[in-house]
Amino acid sequence: MSQSESLSNSVLNVTPLHALHVRLGARMAGFAGWDMPIQYADGLIAEHLWTRRSAGLFDVSHMGQILLEGPGAIAALERLIAADIAGLGENRIRYAQFLTHDGGIIDDLMVTRLPAAIGIDRLFLVVNAGRKAVDVAHLAQSLAGSGVNMQVLDDRALIALQGPRAIDVLKDRLPGVENMAFMSFMTIGEALITRSGYTGEDGYEISLPASQIDAFADDLLNDERVKPVGLGARDSLRLEAGLCLYGHDIDETTSPVEAALAWSIGKRRRIEGGFAGADRIQRELREGPARKRIGLLLEGRQPAREGAQIATPDGQIVGAVTSGSFSPSTERCIAMGYVAAAFARADTPLNVLVRGKALPARVVSMPFVPHTYIR
Amino acid sequence: MTDVRYTKDHEYIRITGDIGEIGISDYAQKQLGDVVFVELPQIGASFGKGDQAAVVESVKAASEVYAPVSGEVVEVNSGLEAAPASVNEDPLGKGWFLKIRLADSGELDALMDEPAYRDFLKTLG
Repeated sequence: MSQSESLSNSVLNVTPLHALHVRLGARMAGFAGWDMPIQYADGLIAEHLWTRRSAGLFDVSHMGQILLEGPGAIAALERLIAADIAGLGENRIRYAQFLTHDGGIIDDLMVTRLPAAIGIDRLFLVVNAGRKAVDVAHLAQSLAGSGVNMQVLDDRALIALQGPRAIDVLKDRLPGVENMAFMSFMTIGEALITRSGYTGEDGYEISLPASQIDAFADDLLNDERVKPVGLGARDSLRLEAGLCLYGHDIDETTSPVEAALAWSIGKRRRIEGGFAGADRIQRELREGPARKRIGLLLEGRQPAREGAQIATPDGQIVGAVTSGSFSPSTERCIAMGYVAAAFARADTPLNVLVRGKALPARVVSMPFVPHTYIR
Repeated sequence: MTDVRYTKDHEYIRITGDIGEIGISDYAQKQLGDVVFVELPQIGASFGKGDQAAVVESVKAASEVYAPVSGEVVEVNSGLEAAPASVNEDPLGKGWFLKIRLADSGELDALMDEPAYRDFLKTLG
């Protein structure tokens, strides 16, 4: 038997919770240069379903946490992304993408506008582990000489608590979090807390100094409503939620419009432009993109994986799968991928080609499993 | 008599006369995690030793299963279609994949018996 999983032999980084994962019996593997828990003793499906039903604890300390501070920081960031940050209230969060000059996606990220003194902007960014070095270099180059200071918060851990009972679990420890709006931010002591996540569930991400995270995670895990969840279920949860995984569903060749992320482009920004890649993105918003990211629901039980070709019933290749798996919540096989725009409409019948077989599927709107965010 | 042999790729073959029942070991199912689909060959198909005989899919990934020895497929476990999780729950029992008629029982000599396989797993850490 051979697995196509790639394991790096080079030395892997470890998060401040590494010893905890090992103690919990996690199966560890390399991910974006980090030795991360893929699943714990209960297994991926049990962890996935537990998150949808109760509360899952995820170590996401491998992700990059970045602080931007200084006069003009918002304007400087807005040149790199198409989201409207100037129009964002304090303690509010927006999803955004760093863009290439050609309108491709360098990385996707969360941007929090922090409270600040008049004339000084403060922003808190959370970026993907695998793109952190690229993002930091990109920011450093873009901000050079601007007077905006960038601080990479390498001394902080980040955990996510996701699921319908996350609110009750967390409010017992950090009173006040129950009143947070979706996509908002608050600080309690040294904790930087956002009501956000990557599962489609209500939940929180909590940044703490590395020295405090072990005790905090231990305390959460002592709560019978909480179980640890690995990166395996993190991937199946985000796929059901229709959320993109960088390097798979989006990359430097895909634009936010093609990726069905146009909702994240601010109205003012669409009109004004003034961001990297604006030419392509404004044109695609006007004329429609040549290809679109879509969801596929397969008829059978055989999963379609990244790279599988997508064809019309008469055999014309019209695209490829970028993520695909068995969905534990629906017990169906689901996938996302890109197809030529003419085939992107919901209910279009398409086949996915897997090992010489044409697996019947149809285009469906995403998410595959409804979001349960607090509105 | 019945005899179970293992490959270094974690397939097993249980020999009864000239028939071999093939599946993946308990170690392999643990490594894979939750199995959600098994693609089985056609009855009558022939394999050489080391050829791809089946594909097992967990939530995360697809993995190839190789024929431990040469032979012709005489039966497949159609129960896996409705219950792929049998591979996790009972890998050496209900979770078997396929049965082949051995082409050359001499090929079995190159495989590990149970104690040898257990020693081999220890070397994997």
